[in-house]
Amino acid sequence: MNFDPRFSGRQFASVGTRPIRPDGVDKVTGRARYGADFNMAGQLVGRVLRSPHAHAVIKKIDTSKAEKLAGVKAVITAKDLPDLTDGDAAMYDILDNCMARKKALYDGHAVAAVAAIDARIAREALKLIEVEYEVLPHVTDVDEAAHHHAPLINDQIFTEGLEEKPAKPSNVTKRTQFGHGDVHAGFAKADFIVERSFKTEQTHQGYIEPHACVASVNPDGTADLWVCTQGHFVYRQHCAQLLGLEASKLRVTSSEIGGGFGGKTHVWAEPVALALSRKAGRPVKLVMTRDEVFRASGPTSATSIDVKIGASKDGTITAAEATLRYSCGPYAGSWAEIGAMTAFACYKLENVKTVGYEVLVNRPKTAAYRAPSAPMAAFAVESAVDELAHELGMDAVDFRIKNAAQEGTRASYGPVYGPIGIGPTLEAVKHHPHMKAPLKANQGRGMACGFWFNFGGQTCTDLNIGMDGSVSLAVGTVDVGGSRASLSLVAAEELGIDYSHVKAIVADTSSLGYNDMTDGSRGTFSSSMATISAARNAIKILKDRAAQMWDIPVDDVVWEKGHAIAKGEKYGNLSPLSLKDIAAKSGTTGGPIAGHSELVADGAGVSFATHICDIEVDPETGATRVIRYTVVQDAGKAVHPTYVEGQYQGGAAQGIGWALNEEYIYGKDGRLQNAGFLDYRIPVCSDLPMIDTQILEIPNPNHPYGVRGVGETSIVPPLAAIANAVSNAVGVRMTHIPMSPPRILAALDAEREG
Amino acid sequence: MAGVAVSTTINGDAVEYLCQPDETLLEVLRDRLGLTGAKEGCGTGDCGACSVIVDGRLVCSCLVLGAEAEGRKVETIEGMAHGDQLHPLQQKFLEHAALQCGICTPGFLIAAKDLLEKNPSPTEEEIRFGLAGNLCRCTGYDKIVRAVQDAANVMKGA
Repeated sequence: MNFDPRFSGRQFASVGTRPIRPDGVDKVTGRARYGADFNMAGQLVGRVLRSPHAHAVIKKIDTSKAEKLAGVKAVITAKDLPDLTDGDAAMYDILDNCMARKKALYDGHAVAAVAAIDARIAREALKLIEVEYEVLPHVTDVDEAAHHHAPLINDQIFTEGLEEKPAKPSNVTKRTQFGHGDVHAGFAKADFIVERSFKTEQTHQGYIEPHACVASVNPDGTADLWVCTQGHFVYRQHCAQLLGLEASKLRVTSSEIGGGFGGKTHVWAEPVALALSRKAGRPVKLVMTRDEVFRASGPTSATSIDVKIGASKDGTITAAEATLRYSCGPYAGSWAEIGAMTAFACYKLENVKTVGYEVLVNRPKTAAYRAPSAPMAAFAVESAVDELAHELGMDAVDFRIKNAAQEGTRASYGPVYGPIGIGPTLEAVKHHPHMKAPLKANQGRGMACGFWFNFGGQTCTDLNIGMDGSVSLAVGTVDVGGSRASLSLVAAEELGIDYSHVKAIVADTSSLGYNDMTDGSRGTFSSSMATISAARNAIKILKDRAAQMWDIPVDDVVWEKGHAIAKGEKYGNLSPLSLKDIAAKSGTTGGPIAGHSELVADGAGVSFATHICDIEVDPETGATRVIRYTVVQDAGKAVHPTYVEGQYQGGAAQGIGWALNEEYIYGKDGRLQNAGFLDYRIPVCSDLPMIDTQILEIPNPNHPYGVRGVGETSIVPPLAAIANAVSNAVGVRMTHIPMSPPRILAALDAEREG
Repeated sequence: MAGVAVSTTINGDAVEYLCQPDETLLEVLRDRLGLTGAKEGCGTGDCGACSVIVDGRLVCSCLVLGAEAEGRKVETIEGMAHGDQLHPLQQKFLEHAALQCGICTPGFLIAAKDLLEKNPSPTEEEIRFGLAGNLCRCTGYDKIVRAVQDAANVMKGA
C-alpha cells in the first residue's frame, strides 16, 4: 500500500460542512437499536450475583437450589470460566473481574450468574445461590491504601519500578517517572514557589445506556454477540480468548452505543453472557441495572497529587515537579503513569519531574474516562500555575503564554512537539470577549489549559461503489457521536461526489479486518485516514475502468471533482465520465468497484484546549453555579464542525459535573452508598448555561486533511478552570474535587476563621 | 402467576396485552409490545430516557405499572412522526445535532413535546427546567435547548 498520509493543504468541498447524520432519523424515531433493543429466538434472561463485601475470600458457592428452580436453564460461577489466559496477567485480571475466582475484591464484584426464562425467575434464582464469605479488612481510600500498614489486596504484587525489588508486597503496583533537567537546580533559581497537595474523588463516565448484550453460543463452536461497545473487535478478541473460541467463529456486532466515554472499552458482562449461553444451549440477554453499572463497571481513578512549581521574577517557570497517586481498583493499571505524562504537557520546561504511583483499592476496576487521568493532573497543575501567576503579580493568561510549549519544545513526557495549539488557544482566550465581560458580587472567572495525546491505531475500511454510483462505506470504529457523518463527508470529499450519495455503516467483526476500538479520540482521525486511502484505491480502479471505456492508456486518465478526465489535447472530444457513468458500466468493465484500506494510523496530532468559565458562589450554602463557559480547542481540521462543537460542549459539561458534584461515596463498610443517578448527580439541563465554543484549526501534518482527534481534551481543563474561578470569586483555594457545597462552605469558614 | 388483562390505546391504536401485576409500563412497551424506543437508563425515574405521555401527562414509564395503562391513552416516541413527516422537534434535533449517542433522544423529544404543548413560547430557563428530568451525558444540553427553541418558533409559525 502506497498511501501518503501527509497534510496536503487542499481546498475542501464537503469537509467542513454540517449535513444531517446518516443515522439521525433512526435516532429521533426510536428505531435505532441499542444494546438492550435486540432479541433472539429462545432467548433467556441473564442476571449476575454480586458480592456485598468490599474484600472477602469466597469459601464456598452452593448453586444447587438455584439450579432446581423451575425456569432456570444455567447457573455459572468462576468454574465455568476456566483460566485460559496462559500467563497473560492483564487478561487474567479481566477474567477475574468478570467473575471473582478466589476473592471478592469490591462491593459489586460478580460471583455467580444465572440464565432463566424470564427476569422474575432469574432474580429469584439469585436469592437461592448461597455464598460463604470470609470477610477481610478492606481499603477504599487511595492514600490509605498506599500506606504500608494498609490491608493487602493482592499479596503477589511487589511495587515495580523501584531501584531494588521490595521485600514485602504492597498495594502500590508500580512507580513511573518522567521529565528532564534538574528540578533541584531549577527550584534554587526560583523567586517564587507554590507547593500544594490536591485530591480528586472517583467519578463514573455516566453513560445513560447500561451495559447490554445478547450472546448466542452454538454447539458447533460458532457464536454471535450483539453488544454496546466502543470496540467490537477488541471485545471479540477478549471474549474468544476467555471462552476458548476461535476469534473468526465469534461474530460480534456493535449495536448503537448509548455513550461510553471510555467505560465501554472493557468486557464485563459479555464473557459471562457467552458462558451462560454455552451452558444453557440458548441465547442469553444480559443487561446491567444502573446500580450494577455504578458498583461494577469502570469508574475513573480517585487521586492524590502533590505539585511544586517555581518561577523567576520575570515569569519564567524554572522547575516543576509532581507526585501523583491514582487508584486502579483492585487490579494493576497505568493510570498514574498517564497522569504523570500529561501533567506538565502544556509547558516549555527546562526542569521537570513527575512521579506516578499506581494504587490498588477495594473499588471497581478503573476504566478509561475521556482523556483518562489527565483532568486530575491538570486540576492540580493548573491550580498551582494560577496561584503562582497571582504571587508573581502576572495575569494568569499571560503567565501561561510566556511558558507555553511550542513547536520544537521537548514535552515533559519525552517527545518533541510538531505544530501545536496551546499558544494559539491561549492567544484566542486572551482576546475573547468573555474575558472582558463584567462580573457581579460572589462571581469569579477562571481559566485553565488541557492536553491530550490522541491516538491512531489499527484501522480497516471498505468502500463499495454500487452500480447506481452510490457509495457504501463500511468502517470498523464504533460511532459514538456522529463519526458516520464525518466519515461520509471524507469519502464524498475524496471521491468528489455529494455527501448524500455516501452511506457509512459500522461493520461487524466478520465483515472487516481488525480495528482498534474507538478510544483516544481516534474514531474520525484514524477511520478518515483509512477512508481516504480506500477512496484513493477505488479511484485507481475508476480510472482504469474509464480508460477501458475510452480505450486509452490509464496513465492518460486523471480524477477531478468526481469525474475521470482524459488528459491531453488528443482526447479533446472525450467528455468526462462521472463516477456514476463508470459505475453503471462496471458489470462489463471488470465487475464491482471497491476500495479497501488497512493501515496503522500513525501520527495522531496532540491536542490542546483552553477554557474560560464564570461561576457564582452562594456564600450561605456553598452551592456553585456555572454562569458562563467558553471552550477554545484546536481540532486540526473540523470535518463536521457541529459535531466537533458537540464534543467540546459535552466534555466541558462532564468536567463541570466532576468539578462540582460527582463522586463515589463509600461507607466505612466499603460499600458504595450512591449507586444511582439520584445520589450520584450528573449535571441536568437547568444546571448549565450555553457552552460557547471556538474551533481553532492548526493542521496535523500527519493527516491528509490535517485532522486531529477532538473527543477527549475538552474534559481536561474544567476542573481547574472552575477551581480557579472559585478562588477568584471568594478568595479560597479549593484543593479537593468535587467542590460540593459542604467543601466550599468548609473552605469559606476556614478562611473566615483565618 | 395470573396476568392482568389490559386494554389501552398506544399512539392512537387500540392495544390489548396481558402483564404481571408488578410489571412496569416500560417493560410492557419494550418486552411485550416491541416498542423499544423508550429506553431504560436507570429504572428509578432519575434519567427520563423512558419518558412517555399518559393521558396528557409526562411520566417515566419505569415508574408506571403496565396495568395502570388500562383505559388510558399512551404516547411514545414511535408515534411522534406522522407517517413520513417528522415532528418539528425531531427535525430540529437533527438539524441542530442535538444528539450524539442518541440514547436519551426519545425521552427528550417526548418531554420537549409535552413542554411545548403546555407552553408554546418557553424562555431558555423554562426549557432548561422543563427538561431537567431528562439526563444527557453527551451534549452538555446546549444544542438540545437550541433545537427546542427553534422547534417552538417553527411550531408557532405553523
